[in-house]
Amino acid sequence: MIQRQNDKPLRVEVWRGTANGHFQRFDVPRRENQTVLDVVTEIQRAQDATLSYRFACRVGMCGSCAMVVNGRPRWTCRTRVAAVVGDGDALKLEPLRNFTVVKDLAVDMVAFFDKWRDAKGYFESGPQPAEDFAVVPPASPQRQAANEGIECIGCGVCYSACDVVAWDKDYLGPSALNRAWTLVNDVRDQAQAARMQAVSQGSGCLACHTHMSCTNFCPKHIAPTYAIAGLKRAMMRRALGGEA
Amino acid sequence: MSAKLFIAQRLSAFVLAFAVAIHLATILYAVRGGLTAAEVLGRTRGNGIFLAIYVVFVIAVAVHAPIGLRNVLREWTAWRGRSLDVALALFALLLLALGLRAAFAVYAV
Ligand code: SF4
Ligand code: SF4
Ligand code: FES
Repeated sequence: MIQRQNDKPLRVEVWRGTANGHFQRFDVPRRENQTVLDVVTEIQRAQDATLSYRFACRVGMCGSCAMVVNGRPRWTCRTRVAAVVGDGDALKLEPLRNFTVVKDLAVDMVAFFDKWRDAKGYFESGPQPAEDFAVVPPASPQRQAANEGIECIGCGVCYSACDVVAWDKDYLGPSALNRAWTLVNDVRDQAQAARMQAVSQGSGCLACHTHMSCTNFCPKHIAPTYAIAGLKRAMMRRALGGEA
Repeated sequence: MSAKLFIAQRLSAFVLAFAVAIHLATILYAVRGGLTAAEVLGRTRGNGIFLAIYVVFVIAVAVHAPIGLRNVLREWTAWRGRSLDVALALFALLLLALGLRAAFAVYAV
């Protein structure tokens, strides 16, 4: 990569340790089109091989590279340094908030994905799966609603941004609820009653404060807040119709 | 929060939006030219519409406030379970009793 000669190096503060730890300072040369993930990789390859972090695709598909960058949760492989530091040269890298830190910038995603399961965020074909292909018109309202949330890459950025997750560790969180909403709108799914039950319990969709932090930070421009509002409406309809 | 509590909270909020508006508008209107306690009582005593509005208002408050308080307590403290629900049911009754007492006090002759 081309090094930009005239620029001062980036001053990078990187979290080291687990829940207890400290920031370690690295100086990293600035380069053309440098991403935050490039910076972390350069530190790990050239300065400190013990630095732990996670990535896979480097193109915004796998959802494994998210970190808190200068105080905000971001996907680091698609976040350019220039867009974050502005005119300055300071970069502060922390592990995602609301997750257990494994080491340095790597967090444990288990609780996060367990909540996808708890929200029944998976397709249920039922005891007797359909024999033929289901025809789902692309323009149908349900298909459109599912489309809005279907591109989630499970990066955890929204979960890191949500204050309700910080307050209530049982809160299912924006990502799992968004996934559940896409399935509520899947006309082939056979577990709707159980799913609505799962997302309507105490720390489900009703716990959302509509802060919209999740929607603000989601790198895929998904709006979990609206998905959650959809779940609340669906839950109300069921409760008033005596189904839940 | 269960679906029932959520619905109760939303419906009571809907009622409160009107009740609070009527409440404030009436106060502003009534005290335009200065008002004494005797004049207030002169209008409220035996006034069935006044009583009906305030009974609805008080009931909506008694439903709405404890549910909100329960949510706050669940988020900010570790208090959960039956003791919390009982405490807030008692709080609802207290609001109801105090509110109705006040409404009847200015209605009764
Ligand atoms: S809108 Fe709901 S899920 Fe999203 S950040 Fe706010 S409280 Fe969390
Ligand atoms: S909803 Fe957006 S921020 Fe949340 S996990 Fe999915 S892609 Fe990431
Ligand atoms: S490395 Fe796959 S999304 Fe960033």
